[in-house]
Amino acid sequence: MHSPYMITGVLNLLAASLLLISFAMLSRRRTQRLITLFAWQGVVLFASTCLVGYRADLTELYYSAALTLLLKVIALPWILHRLIHRLGVQWDSEPLVNIPATMLVGLGLVIFAFGLAQPISRMATTITRNTIGIALAVIFLAFLMMITRRRAITQVIGFLAMENGLFFAATSATYGMPMVIELGIALDLLIGFFILGIFFFQIREQFDSLDLSNMESLKEE
Amino acid sequence: MAHPWMTSGIVTTVSTHGLHLLLWLTLAWLILGVFALIRIHSLPFAARLFPLGAIVCLSIALMASIMLITGSLPQVAILPLGLPNLPFHARLDTLSAFFLLLLGVSGAGISIFAGGYFRHSHGTAPGLLCLQYHIFLASMALVTLADDAYFFMVAWETMALSSYFLVTAQHRFAEVRRAGFLYLLMAHLGAICILLSFGVLQGGRWQFTFEAMRSAALSPAWASAAFLLALVGFGTKAGLVPMHVWLPEAHPAAPSPVSAMMSGLMLSTAVYGMLRIAFNLLHIRYWWWGVLILALGLFSALYGAVFAAVQTDMKRLLAYSSIENIGVIFTGIGLTILFDASHLPLFASLALSAALIHALNHSIFKSLLFLTTGSVLHATNQRSLGKLGGLIRSMPWVATLALVGTLAIAGLPPLNGFVSEWLLLQSFLYTPLIPHAFLNMLIPLGAAVLALTAALAAYVMVKFYGVIFLGQHREPSLEHAHDADWLERIGLTWLALGCLTIGVLPQLVLRAAGAVTGTLLGQTVNLGSLFGLLAPISPKQASYSGLVLLAGIFVVVGITFIVVRALAHGRIQRTAPWDCGYPWQTSRMQDTAEGFGQPIRHIFGTFFGMERELPSPDDSAPQYRIRIEDRIWGTLYQPITRNVQRLADWIGLLQGGRLPIYLLYSFLTLIALLVFVL
Repeated sequence: MHSPYMITGVLNLLAASLLLISFAMLSRRRTQRLITLFAWQGVVLFASTCLVGYRADLTELYYSAALTLLLKVIALPWILHRLIHRLGVQWDSEPLVNIPATMLVGLGLVIFAFGLAQPISRMATTITRNTIGIALAVIFLAFLMMITRRRAITQVIGFLAMENGLFFAATSATYGMPMVIELGIALDLLIGFFILGIFFFQIREQFDSLDLSNMESLKEE
Repeated sequence: MAHPWMTSGIVTTVSTHGLHLLLWLTLAWLILGVFALIRIHSLPFAARLFPLGAIVCLSIALMASIMLITGSLPQVAILPLGLPNLPFHARLDTLSAFFLLLLGVSGAGISIFAGGYFRHSHGTAPGLLCLQYHIFLASMALVTLADDAYFFMVAWETMALSSYFLVTAQHRFAEVRRAGFLYLLMAHLGAICILLSFGVLQGGRWQFTFEAMRSAALSPAWASAAFLLALVGFGTKAGLVPMHVWLPEAHPAAPSPVSAMMSGLMLSTAVYGMLRIAFNLLHIRYWWWGVLILALGLFSALYGAVFAAVQTDMKRLLAYSSIENIGVIFTGIGLTILFDASHLPLFASLALSAALIHALNHSIFKSLLFLTTGSVLHATNQRSLGKLGGLIRSMPWVATLALVGTLAIAGLPPLNGFVSEWLLLQSFLYTPLIPHAFLNMLIPLGAAVLALTAALAAYVMVKFYGVIFLGQHREPSLEHAHDADWLERIGLTWLALGCLTIGVLPQLVLRAAGAVTGTLLGQTVNLGSLFGLLAPISPKQASYSGLVLLAGIFVVVGITFIVVRALAHGRIQRTAPWDCGYPWQTSRMQDTAEGFGQPIRHIFGTFFGMERELPSPDDSAPQYRIRIEDRIWGTLYQPITRNVQRLADWIGLLQGGRLPIYLLYSFLTLIALLVFVL
């Protein structure tokens, strides 16, 4: 029998690695690396959900974990890989402005997220309540990543990472959302992803590149 | 009230289930409209449905008059429509019944006419036009029957939207689209004010039924706020100056039966709304409200009449004449509030009767005149007065019926326009009894303005009729103008008979108006017997009898006819008149619309923004051009437009076109909100 302290320790470790991966995503230039990191985020999420499910004795969480594994570790990264092959941008790297400054802003966001999580942690009764701050930080960092990127695909990856953060927040604050909602979100994610995939091709056809700064020309004058 | 034929079965049924029957009749309109969609592109099919709609109109008018006479009112019902826990409430009282009577009487004439009018396919498919037309009619009926703010606003907006689509029936013309947009914009500004007015009227209890509003006790400030909002809202719809700018644009743009409906019926619903809020939902009225409405009404009346005098487009002329008549109606409402606030209920009911009867009269004669312009338009394809003339010979039916309408609108006895203006001037005569020294001195000026307006209205109508129907054809093509077809004739005749009936037997409508004043003010004027003298206050003061006058006219005309025939018969010579020495005379040398309006343009020059191009004396092809503009457009609306545009440009800076910046907006919003809850 594992001690509860050990499980909590492992959970904290997983949460920390999630945060680490988020920071890594913020600084990566290569699209392919980003997809790999996103898949790793999914793996960590799967592991932590399983652990929480084991510790709290909730079978529902196992289903959630399975869904995560299926969707975020296998399906989406695979589709993304196929997509960048089809678009021919697998070796593409995008210029990032001032990575240290972005990191510092990210750090500020993490501090803000922990401050924000304190009153929630005090009210929560779950064993994972200490990780709520990390979950919020992951959301903020993913948002920051969307703001700093200029390519359409990386924006979508940022969007997916944000969903990961939300999922983690739900797990740590209330042992996950009801199953129906979770299934709904998974479906939304998949469909939204397909629509965005179609958009990629449309955008490239229109501007000959996936660089979103081209969209400025759409502005009405 | 025990009426002799109350006992007969049908009448009893009608008077006890009146509200339900009226709602079913309204539904019948909608069904007719939907039915028209079956063969949406077939013009003959849609044309056959309009007279059926007229039958519904007639039934509604009949029911409304039965309700007004037998008086088992008010009736209430809760409709199985609306949102859950927020059903539509309907209520039929004398005020609703009066306006339903108006809607039915004028609507019947217009619908019959419309059956003959829509001969050429306009922009909108005929079936769709028929649907929009009947939705418009039904929504106007529902506005008068609504008994909660929610239902009222739904019906009100349906009315605005359906009429917008009717106005833009010929949407291929850019000017029609522009007029439609202006109308829609003003309609929504008005609707927002009305909505806010209801928001104030509920008095903090958040009950939006009219029943709750009647019992809400508002402080004077809030009551005034509700009143002013309602005045702006309904004034916009009615076309009170300075909210009138949409009216001269939208009315000419619409097909003629639609112009008739908008001018004759829709403007009346605005009057209804104003009366409903001022006299039924608000529990108190202050004298300065009356002064405000009186001033606005008189100014609108004068403004409309002056502008009508200088118009050269026949439908624009009628549109400005509508502004004038709405001004007269609101003058009556203003006097009513003034009398009511001064605790003079008898005179208040006199002024209110005048306003109500004028609303009814206006709906009849203005519909009649708009419809005649429709017939003229069909026959000649001309709207400009400068290219018409002499149509009395090729279109005798239309010319005769238009004459009835113009005489009525000019306020000549024994037609209906005289009755209401006479009643209104009568009520002006009692204003010295109002206990405010300054008002006593100022209001006689109002009576003078009203008299001036009436004279100008007559002048306008001489111009309208004279330029279109009298004189010589100004264009050779007018020789072949054809008269109205039989359905159009029936519609026009119906309305002309309405003018005559009300003029000869004003007691009929005074009874109907008396039922309303009895409900709203608790007082009715002296109704008199049906065929006797009309003496609303007392026979010693002033009285009028249409019958005697009509008989007098017949006798005088008859005697003159006989005398002339006896003296001059068989001794008439036809020769060419002396041509003043000119070598040739053309039909272009008659008095024109511009020429006829010139004195007015000269006297009231300050009202207009004028641009004139005068030809130089040695110009071989001289051209005279004049453009007359509404000053209010430039002084009130253009600055507002400019400022809105500037504000919009400022806000437009937010839209830089860069996606990361947009994301940053939402991110910063999120952070700000989180800081706020922290």
